[in-house]
Amino acid sequence: MIRAQLLSLLIRVFSTAAGKSKYWLPIKPATDIALLLAWMNVLITEGWYDKEYVEQYTYGFEQLKKHVKTFTPEWAYGITTIKPDVIRKTAREMFNAAPAVIVHPGRHVTWYGDDTQRLRSVAILNALLGSWGRRGGFYIGEDKGIPDFPHPEYPKPTRDWRDAFPGKYQLADLALANGICDATIPAAGRDCSFKGWIVNGTNLIFTLPDMRNTLKAIESLDLMVVIDTMPMEITGYADVVLPECTYLERYDMVRTSKHREPTIALRAPAVEPKYDSKPGWWMAKELGHKLGLDEYFKYKDIKEVLDWQLKKVGSSLDEMKRIGVKKFDREDGGHLYFDKGEDLEFFTNTGKIELYSTALEAEGFDPMPKYTAHPEPPEGYYRLNYGRAPMHTFSRTANNPNLTDLMDENVVWVNPKVAKVWDLKTGQEVWLENQDGIVSTFPIKVRVTERIRWDSVYMVHGFGHKNEKLSRAHGKGASDSELITNVMVDPIMGGTGMRGNFVTFHVDKPEKGGLL
Amino acid sequence: MRYAMAVDTKKCVGCSDCVVACQTENDVSIGYCRDWVVEINHGTYPQLETEIRSERCNHCDNSPCVRCCPTGASHYSDGGTVLVTKNKCIGCSACIESCPYDARYTHPDGYVDKCTFCLHRVKKGMQPACVAVCPTKCMYFGDLDDPNSSVTKVLKIRNYKVLAPEAGTKPNIYFLI
Amino acid sequence: MKEELIVSGRMNAKIDPVLHAWGWEISVYLFLGGLAAGLLFFAGVYYLLGKAKKYPTAVRKAPVLVPIILALGLFALFLDLHHKPYFWRLYTTVKLQSPMSWGAWTLMVVTPISMIWAAINIREWLPNWDWKFQWAKDIEKFFVGYKKHMAWLMVIFGVILGIYTGILLSAFNARPLWNTSILGPLFLTSGLSAGSALIMLISKSKKERKVFAQIDLILIGIELFFIVHMFMGFMASTQVQQEAAQLFLGGHLTAQFWIFVVVLGLLVPAALEIMELRKIHIPVLVPVALILFGSFMLRWLITYGGQLSRYLY
Ligand code: SF4
Ligand code: SF4
Repeated sequence: MIRAQLLSLLIRVFSTAAGKSKYWLPIKPATDIALLLAWMNVLITEGWYDKEYVEQYTYGFEQLKKHVKTFTPEWAYGITTIKPDVIRKTAREMFNAAPAVIVHPGRHVTWYGDDTQRLRSVAILNALLGSWGRRGGFYIGEDKGIPDFPHPEYPKPTRDWRDAFPGKYQLADLALANGICDATIPAAGRDCSFKGWIVNGTNLIFTLPDMRNTLKAIESLDLMVVIDTMPMEITGYADVVLPECTYLERYDMVRTSKHREPTIALRAPAVEPKYDSKPGWWMAKELGHKLGLDEYFKYKDIKEVLDWQLKKVGSSLDEMKRIGVKKFDREDGGHLYFDKGEDLEFFTNTGKIELYSTALEAEGFDPMPKYTAHPEPPEGYYRLNYGRAPMHTFSRTANNPNLTDLMDENVVWVNPKVAKVWDLKTGQEVWLENQDGIVSTFPIKVRVTERIRWDSVYMVHGFGHKNEKLSRAHGKGASDSELITNVMVDPIMGGTGMRGNFVTFHVDKPEKGGLL
Repeated sequence: MRYAMAVDTKKCVGCSDCVVACQTENDVSIGYCRDWVVEINHGTYPQLETEIRSERCNHCDNSPCVRCCPTGASHYSDGGTVLVTKNKCIGCSACIESCPYDARYTHPDGYVDKCTFCLHRVKKGMQPACVAVCPTKCMYFGDLDDPNSSVTKVLKIRNYKVLAPEAGTKPNIYFLI
Repeated sequence: MKEELIVSGRMNAKIDPVLHAWGWEISVYLFLGGLAAGLLFFAGVYYLLGKAKKYPTAVRKAPVLVPIILALGLFALFLDLHHKPYFWRLYTTVKLQSPMSWGAWTLMVVTPISMIWAAINIREWLPNWDWKFQWAKDIEKFFVGYKKHMAWLMVIFGVILGIYTGILLSAFNARPLWNTSILGPLFLTSGLSAGSALIMLISKSKKERKVFAQIDLILIGIELFFIVHMFMGFMASTQVQQEAAQLFLGGHLTAQFWIFVVVLGLLVPAALEIMELRKIHIPVLVPVALILFGSFMLRWLITYGGQLSRYLY
């Protein structure tokens, strides 16, 4: 049995995971790359890396070795505040466990605008430790391909979000989160402005950083259609709202995702839809019909589509309604890990794991990660960290009766030292103001806790709703989205870094209102 | 038969799914709950320790709540479970006062309510609702007299504690530490 | 820093954020129960000592109020019950381990006796009272013949009732502040003191007033002794009990306890009674009101404070 041990790193809040870890390195925020580079330095100088693996599968080891030579733990100590011996000890611990070790990239990783490089650092560590494709490390997941229901070929769009950024973000494979706003707001010299949005089940006002930009984009639209299961901020701005039934009242497309064994899952209605709400597939089909596009929707209802698709993979709607989830055998006969010495080709220019990235080099970026210092909170301000509570799903569940019963507002975590300076008490209401002078529309209660550093505050995302139709969520807690006006866009992949915002406290209600 | 539960504090992340599961399974009104999740933090940043526990009635072997009930509404049932008979309860709150764990509450209809170990499910061979839904699978329920039950087995290999043992109630919820 | 919180947002009414399942109703019930116990006790004792003539208020006049006091107390208890239609369930079981059950049955005995005693002494208040029907008169005559037996029952059950008001709380191990056996005697003494105060108030005879002032002084002394003893016991006990005692020894009920219970409820009336005995005239209502008030505050603060004291969190 492989002993699992949790090494919790790169977290500025003392998180739940940190509470269960053997080591928790309370790193200074925004200095993660320095620590990652120092680990590379230790692993390479001490020879604590998987030599065979590196030899066979990677490209650019010598360059990397040279590159990280000066990034010693002592160097990193000055930046990260993590003691050199701790860096060495944890590096050794990782090597001892290798390849059964995962340096996990985490979720929601767009922080400071150099996130591609940070995540590459994480990947490079995994490569040095030989954990990719090895037992105990990252396994090679497989999914079950579900064929499309037959339809005529879709026409190619003549424009996409990229047209708003000529020549930029060539390596991005998804639309920039607020790129869509930039592509909507008319600007001189930019031959791209979208006139209509169909927003499906996402409260863009809360989910996109820089609310001002989002609101400006919405004002520039000719038409906005919002599909949602309940009133949200975004529905208030919509020209047309199409009320969708909830996930318990509808069929959705078959879920298939990568697992040890290919697995598919069906979502089937448990109860009838209430009121005038309809499932998304029905709206699409009816809109298609009104637009004269019936040829793309040649089926009676989604059950026909699902049954057709499921039969193609050896199941059926009837079977899936009964069992819900179905597992399949792997097509490659259980190839979960690389065989020893197996010849492999990776999806890179060199066909190897690129410690030295030729793709980045070609685009004019650093081929190997570097540490850059990021702005620190000014006097009297604290870095705004945000995250999620395990009981809520983003800002979507803030009005759910059962879930608000568990948690009906967010609170702002404040270190006791900071609380002393400001004379704050747990349960006291404060207003937050960010570096750009934006004040939270609603007050938020203080939680004085040791779980947060003295240079930061933390709050759960998804509260501070303004829509009064959200009877339980209206005015409860504050919205972090409102305070995230500084967005540091990663020049490589276009990720929107949101951890460069700083807030200060107002004990009394300030004159200024918020953005909501 | 001695029913007991073990809760792994090393796995619990505090998502409170157990609470919602109980509310929906047992028709507990919104605003009330029979189980709850506690978080305890010790220390000073960054030397911190956190423990998260899903808690509920301990179905104590030596239950003060059963003893102090003037009508016998609070009583022992199968496997040592402590239950309340609705239409015997006068709502005097004596049992609420007697429980060191604050595991009981007054139902909006007036009688006192609490965790039943989901005996109605257990009798059908199912797990209590909270145990069944836990996404981290941090709870074990079963019969301590059965050497093969999951709870007996896990208590054999793990360290554990009970809450407020000094209160002398002989609780049956074990917290794996 | 130690931080403890319920992350699932538990907010069960009267349990969170602090336990408050028992409010003023229970304090009133305990206070009136104690007062009734005191009156019954003195009536029984002085009757048995053959002093009915000397102390007519204690033996005959004051006890007439007992059924009313008990009824009010029971009404307060009834208000506290949340599942009222099932009240009668109290009388389908005898549960010796349950102080509540105990109390219910004690009252079941005490109430009828006190009613009979009140009935045969009703002319103390209403001199022209006439039972009208012959059968009622026969019954009265029947009970008058058993006065002595009833007096014994009144003494015994008076003490039980008085102690019970304390035991109801002290039986709860879960609330460290209540979990002391001093509470029974303390509440009994406080009940007797309240009883003697009420007798003083009603009594027209100087001599009777003086005797009860003396008795009351002794009772106050005993009460003070019990209170000191109680805190000494707590401080010598487990951590939870030390913390519980802190509520009154620096914690946030300190002022209320020492001012309302000890100073205004015990020391000031004691001083006034001494002055009265030394022939400095004080309106009798003042010490009596203070004693009754202190006696109620003692119950209220112990009931309330006990619910703040706990093992966990
Ligand atoms: S936990 Fe409380 S309610 Fe449950 S059996 Fe023990 S004392 Fe009774
Ligand atoms: S509230 Fe009900 S269950 Fe509890 S002690 Fe009173 S009668 Fe018994």
